[in-house]
Amino acid sequence: MNSRHGGRLQDARGRAGTHAEQTEEVSSPNAPVQGMALERELVEAPDREFTVAARSQWSMVSRRFLRHKLAMISFFVFVAVVLLAFVGGSLWHYNYQGFTNDYSVAPSLKHPFGTDSSSHDMFAQVLRGTQRSLEIALFVALVSTAIGTAYGAIAGYFRGVSDSIMMRIVDLFLTFPVIAVAAILGDQLGPKANGWLWIAIVLAALTWPYVSRVVRGVTLSIREKEYIEAARALGATNRRIIARHVVPNVIGPVIVTVTILVATAILAETALSFIGFGVKAPDTSLGLLVFDGQTAVETRPWLFYFPGFFIIVIALSINFIGDGLRDALDPTQTRVRA
Amino acid sequence: MLAYAIRRLLISIPIIIISTFIVFLLVTYSGDPLANLRVKQPIPPPQVFAKYRHQFRLDQPVLERYWHWITGVVHGDFGPSVEGGGTLNIGHELGHRLIVSARLVVAAMVIAAILAVVVGVVSAMKQYSIPDYAFTFTGFLFLSMPLFWFAVLLKEGAIWLNRNAGTSLATIGDSSPTVGAGTWAHFTDAVNHLVLPTIALAMTSYAAWSRFNRASMLEVLSSDYIRLARAKGLSRRRVLVRHALRTALIPFVTVTALDMAAILGATIITERVFQWRGMGTFLLDGITNLDVYVVLAWLLVAALVVIIFNLIADLLYGVLDPRIRYE
Repeated sequence: MNSRHGGRLQDARGRAGTHAEQTEEVSSPNAPVQGMALERELVEAPDREFTVAARSQWSMVSRRFLRHKLAMISFFVFVAVVLLAFVGGSLWHYNYQGFTNDYSVAPSLKHPFGTDSSSHDMFAQVLRGTQRSLEIALFVALVSTAIGTAYGAIAGYFRGVSDSIMMRIVDLFLTFPVIAVAAILGDQLGPKANGWLWIAIVLAALTWPYVSRVVRGVTLSIREKEYIEAARALGATNRRIIARHVVPNVIGPVIVTVTILVATAILAETALSFIGFGVKAPDTSLGLLVFDGQTAVETRPWLFYFPGFFIIVIALSINFIGDGLRDALDPTQTRVRA
Repeated sequence: MLAYAIRRLLISIPIIIISTFIVFLLVTYSGDPLANLRVKQPIPPPQVFAKYRHQFRLDQPVLERYWHWITGVVHGDFGPSVEGGGTLNIGHELGHRLIVSARLVVAAMVIAAILAVVVGVVSAMKQYSIPDYAFTFTGFLFLSMPLFWFAVLLKEGAIWLNRNAGTSLATIGDSSPTVGAGTWAHFTDAVNHLVLPTIALAMTSYAAWSRFNRASMLEVLSSDYIRLARAKGLSRRRVLVRHALRTALIPFVTVTALDMAAILGATIITERVFQWRGMGTFLLDGITNLDVYVVLAWLLVAALVVIIFNLIADLLYGVLDPRIRYE
């Protein structure tokens, strides 16, 4: 019941913002309302005075996002890359570890990305590297978002001493360069077999403070809202308010942070693999492939450019998606009409 | 203002103590400094292990070790190194490498900041114009481009130029081993070696900062007091520089300080690609050689740099924003 209340107010807020636009599109499911139905309608939704289907905040956000051309193109590019890596990788007739009979050949139909000096098919290698890099990035984004959101929401909601202490801990985390600490931890403690998972865990442990800062900031403003007060007046516990009212309402900024975090994690993981402290052979990642290809930029450019392009395409499309989401979630923006 | 500065300074002291302690625990529990010795063939006699255990203070409890380390650091002794059989003076090496890396970091930050402010202002003034779209796209591109890839590309491009266009850009190292006598020769040599790594390092920061400056300039330009200043009849230039830019730059100061840790991380990668003997390679060699006190020294310096930069940013914030100054 509490959550419905909160959601309703949220709707009202969203509706007020785009009032003028909504009256243009009149589809009236509530028009022929009579008798009891009308009465019920009035009791349940006293603020509904127009015969217009109200758009929820989320339908508005998704409409804005769908009309954001660059973001939509990026979204399809990203999905295509994911499918290519995970589906295409297993269908492709060369294995990333397997040897072929072609040594250092240029890209051709047989080997779209060429082969390296030990006759590995680069297309298979790049797809495998993309898989690894994406797995790590998605793991990092999900785990650090979960931790960061809970942490930031708790700190911002309770404020006071606990908030100060929790945020000083975050500040401490932020004084250490992620790459450096990940290199130290990743190299020493990591089990050799499941290297990629360990790197993902280390990166997640180092990036959640960035999420928690964002969430805390938003929580600080949300906790002053009327619907929180209403929930508290109705006797909701702190735990319930955080889980049912605070967290759902910080989701907008969090989604944007997550997308940016995926791009950051891809770049961090590839950089780590490049300097030799990330994913290690026999496994491969895009960073490791660039490292292997860096001496061949002039002689066998395909070894260097293809893995690099994949990193750029992934990071670029994610950044554009994040930008589109930010625009879509921003109630004050007017560029893309809902 | 002075009271504010002193208060901020006092707050940083416990932060430094806690972060050094965390750094120490992190490194202590992240690996065995004698692991390389254990896999040596033939296996060294137990006396050797005992000697190293004593030398690296592994026979002491952790708290005592921390105390020895931190008091040593205060006196300029950063602890024993495995390099050169324990003869390498970490403090001495650190001082040298710190200067090498500081050149790079400062040059890159200054260039990135200037570029970011100019591009941010131009983009905001001419929003949705062709230059704005071009800057926005390059900003996103640089934001998405891995630093190491771009650095390798720069390096290979310079090698190609050197061969085909007769230029003599330095592509490897922080200075030439054979350089003529005189301060001028040393200076030009250092600048030549700085060019490529600075471009590489400045790129990432520039991308994020120009986006940030554009957004904050846009916000300021649409505010009422700017309209008022224009209505009063002030010139465009005066409104832009005195009223808009100054306000827009205040949050930028904090952002540069917050990015300090990331820049130090990026420096590691840049130095690796261009084979500099700076702080970055010092850390990476330290990790590979399990040289715990080298790693500790690096993390200590990094934490200090970040904390000091944040302190400076806070003080600058006070200078730039009168609301904080008179609080």
